[in-house]
Amino acid sequence: MSTYVNASVQKEHDLSQYKGVCVLGEQKDGQLLPVTFELIARGRSLANDLGCQLSCILLGDEIQEIEQVFHRGADRILFIKSPALQNFLPRSYQNAIVKLIQEEKPEIIIAAATTTGRTVMPLVAAKLNAGLTADCTSLTIDPDTKLLLQTRPAIGGNIMATIKTPQHRPQMATVRPRSSKPLPLDCSRTGELVVKDYEPATFLTPERFLEFIKDTTQTVSIEDAEIIVSGGKGMKNAEGFKMVEQLAELLGAGVGATRDAVEFGWTTYPHQIGLSGKTVAPKLYIALGLSGKIAHLAGMQTSEVIIAVNKDPEAQIFKVADFAIVGDVFEVVPMMIEAIKQHKANAKPELCALSS
Amino acid sequence: MHIVVFVKQVPGTDNVKMDPETGVMIRSGKDVVINPLDENALTEAIKIKNSRSDVRVTAISMGPPAAERALKEAIAMGADAGILVSGREFAGSDTIATGKALAAAVKKAGDVDLIICGERATDGETGQTAVMVANYLDIPGQTYVSSLEVKDTSVVIKRTVERGFELVEIPFPVLVSVNKDINEIGMPTLKGKLKAKTVPVSAYDASGLGISSTEVGLNGSPTRVVKVFSPKLSRDTILKRADGTNQPVEELMSFLISKECI
Ligand SMILES: Cc1cc2nc3c(=O)[nH]c(=O)nc-3n(C[C@H](O)[C@H](O)[C@H](O)COP(=O)(O)OP(=O)(O)OC[C@H]3O[C@@H](n4cnc5c(N)ncnc54)[C@H](O)[C@@H]3O)c2cc1C
Repeated sequence: MSTYVNASVQKEHDLSQYKGVCVLGEQKDGQLLPVTFELIARGRSLANDLGCQLSCILLGDEIQEIEQVFHRGADRILFIKSPALQNFLPRSYQNAIVKLIQEEKPEIIIAAATTTGRTVMPLVAAKLNAGLTADCTSLTIDPDTKLLLQTRPAIGGNIMATIKTPQHRPQMATVRPRSSKPLPLDCSRTGELVVKDYEPATFLTPERFLEFIKDTTQTVSIEDAEIIVSGGKGMKNAEGFKMVEQLAELLGAGVGATRDAVEFGWTTYPHQIGLSGKTVAPKLYIALGLSGKIAHLAGMQTSEVIIAVNKDPEAQIFKVADFAIVGDVFEVVPMMIEAIKQHKANAKPELCALSS
Repeated sequence: MHIVVFVKQVPGTDNVKMDPETGVMIRSGKDVVINPLDENALTEAIKIKNSRSDVRVTAISMGPPAAERALKEAIAMGADAGILVSGREFAGSDTIATGKALAAAVKKAGDVDLIICGERATDGETGQTAVMVANYLDIPGQTYVSSLEVKDTSVVIKRTVERGFELVEIPFPVLVSVNKDINEIGMPTLKGKLKAKTVPVSAYDASGLGISSTEVGLNGSPTRVVKVFSPKLSRDTILKRADGTNQPVEELMSFLISKECI
């Protein structure tokens, strides 16, 4: 592939000018969002492997406790500051980030696969004619070529694809929120804060932000749940799926589902876990009657403890499970519900014994 | 008012293979459907058309010659014209190369006020292509749109974002990608089906679009698939078989307690 003649492709000798790793942090109403720290953790290990600096790009007006970015592992903050950037408008953000990239020439940029990252990164990539890989589950540096290896599940089936961007810079990728853990807080860490004070013309766009309306309808946030009980097609029907909800309620857990369960209408899309749903990483994930196709695993395999019940001993979910029961959910889950009820009941007399 | 909608043919099942040498998807041609979210996009365009007197809808698809069928379906649902982007030089296009080709096709369609796309395709699942087209056309692009109100010279959109919704107003021309909350997918009509038989679909290859074949296909794609592999999954799994007794569940409970999960 050395015969590039595309006029807009950067010439090969230019590539060496690109140095350093950047992550695109996010804020809302001047508060840093947790995904920023997750991205910094990812970026830190890439920067360490390359022996280069890690910068965190932030856009906004006033950002509170900005030094947390250093405490979590970044060397530099590149803060593009303007009242025009308070709310996300794709074009303003695109223009600002493109300008910053042209000045700073980072080798790698990682953003979150949030509605913001997934919107602005393609715009930036197109403007710079750089490559962009969506929803990576793993990002590493190739020891030989020093290129970024971007791995993502492909076609929802059972395969992973590793992608690289040999001839274009920066190398860009998005990763799902919650797919990595922030580094421990180190309050002694500091860094260099660079405020980019660009001309207002940079942010000009015909788009007009009117209003943000907070969603108050979504009460269950599986992203924050400590325990998730998830069901798939093996729950047979809406009635069967209720068992998933029942077990979840008993455990104070969130309810998760596979795409099939959502498509059958047994539960709603906000509960879908996986490639085209949410990424979760609870302490305990209980997978009931679901096969564990990679598109589902992509959303839950970093859970700390995974329990699975499936009647097929070959089910892929068992490969990521810590404790697996080969059996019929309609036989096993009622027993689980009973056992947990008893466990709870047994826990109480102990308290009573203490007080009596 | 001229609305363009992109329709992509995608595999109707999960059973798609990748060529391990090139990392390019092998499309069997059988069992293909219109990407479901593109049907939402198309439905929205038809809805706008039905609510005003001056609307024309063009559907554009990039794919093998057989993708003409998707365009005929779009016409049967109510689109007025179809443009097919097709040619060997497009094979292996990543999102950048696809974005360039689709942008060139939009220019062929003439002056456009509104482009509506599905938020993502069920095969590639990147959701990147639409906004890239916006960039190449140098018009604003918005995503995750769950409702859309067309005014005289602008559109007011509602975006579904992490903690709620954003309302944004954008003057024409503008590109939006929509999610499935926007509407219930429409159906082909008898009138539409008859029309689909007579309306010819225009087809363009790269030179027909006035773009160099080095800008599309693998040549025009910055990203390279270097490896496809089965994921390595492994944990030290404790495996029990249900045997009609309480035993496996009791062991599970002890395990959960030992891990401080409950
Ligand atoms: C691009 C793309 C994106 C996708 N995104 C997602 C996503 O975000 N999330 C997602 O989940 N999927 C996603 N999918 C779909 C995914 O590939 C699988 O089709 C889906 O995860 C399978 O769901 P399932 O496990 O419920 O069903 P199946 O694969 O049909 O599995 C059902 C399982 O239940 C077991 N079973 C049946 N009856 C019983 C019983 N009585 N007791 C015990 N076990 C029983 C069976 O042995 C089987 O293993 C995506 C696919 C594509 C192509």
